[in-house]
Amino acid sequence: MIYSRLLLATSLAAVATLAACNREERELRPSPSASQVVNQAQVSGLNPGANPLPTPPTPSIYEESAYAVSEGKTLFGQYNCSGCHANGGGGIGPPLMDNNWIYGSQPQNIFTTIVEGRPNGMPSFRNRIPEYQVWELVAYVRSLSGLLPKDVAPSRNDQLYVKPPEASMPKQTPTGITGEPSK
Amino acid sequence: MRTFAQSDVSRPLVRNRAVLVSSLVAVLCLSLSNFAQADSKSHTSGMLMPETESNYQPHPYGGTLAPDDGQWVRPAKDYASTRYSTLDQINTTNVQNLKLAFTFSTGLTRGHEAAPLVVNNTMYIVTPWPNKLYALDLTKPGAPMKWQYQPLPTPAAQGVACCDVVNRGASYDSGKIYYNTLDDQTVCVDANTGKEVWKTRVGDINKGESITMAPIVAKGKVLVGVSGGEFGVRGWLKALDAKTGKVAWTGYTAGPDKDVLIGPRFKPFYAQDRGQDLGVKSWPPDAWKIGGGGAWGWISYDPELNLVYYGTANPGPWDSDARPGDNKFTAGIFARDVDTGEAVWFYQYSPHDLYDYDAVNENILLDLPINGQTRKVLIHPDRNGYVYVMDRTNGEVLSASPFAPITTSKGVDLKTGLLQYVEEKKPTRGKVARGLCPTAPGAKDWQPSAFSAKTGLLYIPHNNLCMDEEDVAVNYIAGTPYVGANVVMYDAPGGYGGEFTAWDPISGKVVWTIPDHFPVWSGALATAGNVVFYGTMDGWFRAVDAVNGKKLWEFKTGSGIIGQPVTYKGPDGKQYVAILSGVGGWAGAIVAGGLDARDKSAALGFAGVMQDLPKYTNQGGMLYVFQLP
Repeated sequence: MIYSRLLLATSLAAVATLAACNREERELRPSPSASQVVNQAQVSGLNPGANPLPTPPTPSIYEESAYAVSEGKTLFGQYNCSGCHANGGGGIGPPLMDNNWIYGSQPQNIFTTIVEGRPNGMPSFRNRIPEYQVWELVAYVRSLSGLLPKDVAPSRNDQLYVKPPEASMPKQTPTGITGEPSK
Repeated sequence: MRTFAQSDVSRPLVRNRAVLVSSLVAVLCLSLSNFAQADSKSHTSGMLMPETESNYQPHPYGGTLAPDDGQWVRPAKDYASTRYSTLDQINTTNVQNLKLAFTFSTGLTRGHEAAPLVVNNTMYIVTPWPNKLYALDLTKPGAPMKWQYQPLPTPAAQGVACCDVVNRGASYDSGKIYYNTLDDQTVCVDANTGKEVWKTRVGDINKGESITMAPIVAKGKVLVGVSGGEFGVRGWLKALDAKTGKVAWTGYTAGPDKDVLIGPRFKPFYAQDRGQDLGVKSWPPDAWKIGGGGAWGWISYDPELNLVYYGTANPGPWDSDARPGDNKFTAGIFARDVDTGEAVWFYQYSPHDLYDYDAVNENILLDLPINGQTRKVLIHPDRNGYVYVMDRTNGEVLSASPFAPITTSKGVDLKTGLLQYVEEKKPTRGKVARGLCPTAPGAKDWQPSAFSAKTGLLYIPHNNLCMDEEDVAVNYIAGTPYVGANVVMYDAPGGYGGEFTAWDPISGKVVWTIPDHFPVWSGALATAGNVVFYGTMDGWFRAVDAVNGKKLWEFKTGSGIIGQPVTYKGPDGKQYVAILSGVGGWAGAIVAGGLDARDKSAALGFAGVMQDLPKYTNQGGMLYVFQLP
């Protein structure tokens, strides 16, 4: 009895610790397979017969890693994403910090948007950005509207203060074509 | 196991402590940065302010303007770019009776910056992307559509338009309408039938090139300039054969002399603009190839001197640490032979531009008495805050007077022609420069002024803004922005964003000015009825007295106004006034593009100061035409 309780406690502690560890996880040799889920990304919110398609799994390793999101924030500047989307408020491109998602808010939607581009001016970065960096960008983009846990989203800006940091953004309820259905 | 337990306990503690510390630091930093932002307005010591003329007496223009047939064949009205009409049926005594004649919806929601044209009882309207051309029949009640022409520019072009997908209008010449599409095509359309005569691709969106400017047609050449100073384009002006659309010459802004069309005829007035291949030598190696300097603004033409005048845009990137040198021949003005494109003179308003001070604003060609002598001048209200009066035969600066608050420079040295920058106002990497006036869109952006031959005054729609800027290193990726700066704008002293100013070009002083809550982003129109027209970003179309600025009439249109008012004589012999409403452009991007102003750096720093515009107005393009009862 005592032994098994101890075991249970230990396993629970281990599980809790592991979960907490994801935040700090750095995937140094990213697996190339993450894109396989992309083909399952729904681009329309209209499901004939009212039976929503099963939601594909999220490559969550990036979404739970503060390191990946931080890398995403750096890349967001380095790949000139900020040139069009500013620090999330938009300009040439639409804002990314609000709750309006023209092409969907799911990580797979955003991945597709970056890799394939979108017809009204979003460039295609196919073969220009390594896949794991795209996922880091995806995670960062989602942090802009408070869709990531607060302990993962960046909590500071290194540059001119233009807006509150991502970690203090209120979580938005995404709307738009493929927004998450309201609960 | 114990270690586990310990770390389990200590981890949250450490985290909490870290959170506490970082919150404290954050609070400190936040309050510091808030303090600094609030303090920005006190960073304006030594601010240059415009002077006001105390005893203005109307001094009608003594020179000759092109004959006026009551039509409106190009956005600037005449080659001298006066935007002045001799029509005077609508005047200071009856303008308050103006009423709607007809309207026309463009069905589009982006910024409408174009001037309608009126030729042979037909009105022509170019829309923002997708750049449709509409012809309206003015001989019939309600001006029904005669035809429409759709060039179908690629939607992808919207991704390389820095400041909304605007178009500033078309030009008419010899039975044809000429204009440019956002995706770099110049089109020639039969004015009667709406049939395409020719279409020439002059640029490539994959290099960041786009076109928003209105071409002019001079001596059988269609003059077209590229946009893209925020995309690292290599700026150019092209002349296309009006009959065939074939490119006759291309004058690059930067690069070796042969590309810039600099040869034996090139005689700049000031020493710093003379020398071999300055378009290469005034840049770090190869930086001129991605150095901006487009020609997206206004072109004037002097038939007697056979010269065209146009300004070159800002050097790229905005991060000036990336491009030490004068960055010739950006942020200046070229005079070129219209036949050959040869550069005849050049003057650089903002050498090694630090603030996105494009020099593309209008150049009004006049003959004015300067120090008792009539000079062939051009008047140029620049983004850097000065109205320049220059000798247009040789490029000599005769005067440069501030027309808006300036902290980034102390004046223009008329001996050397050099702008006197203020060293502590230079933005660099990792340092925020504060209290910079004028801002990136300048004391005045593209919005064209008008000159009245009746009063001798220039009517300038402009901004009243200051900014903070910090430069950051930026990568060049063709077809994506190449800017490298964080910018936040705010109202200049006075606490409002714009002004409509009557300016005496001879004294270099303000005669009167009308403040506006927002930047005045519309063009101006001057008429012989002594009535001047302009529009506001919250949608008011106004007529004011040209002499004293008294508001005589106003009409609230459906959206904010950033278009160019025009006036014409209708088929019934009566005078009409037309304006496109439809907010957008760089200043109105917050509404046209639905931006999120919680990020003050949105729209290249314009969103913060425009954050209440969505409360005042909404999207929607509509033509409004007015007449007397």
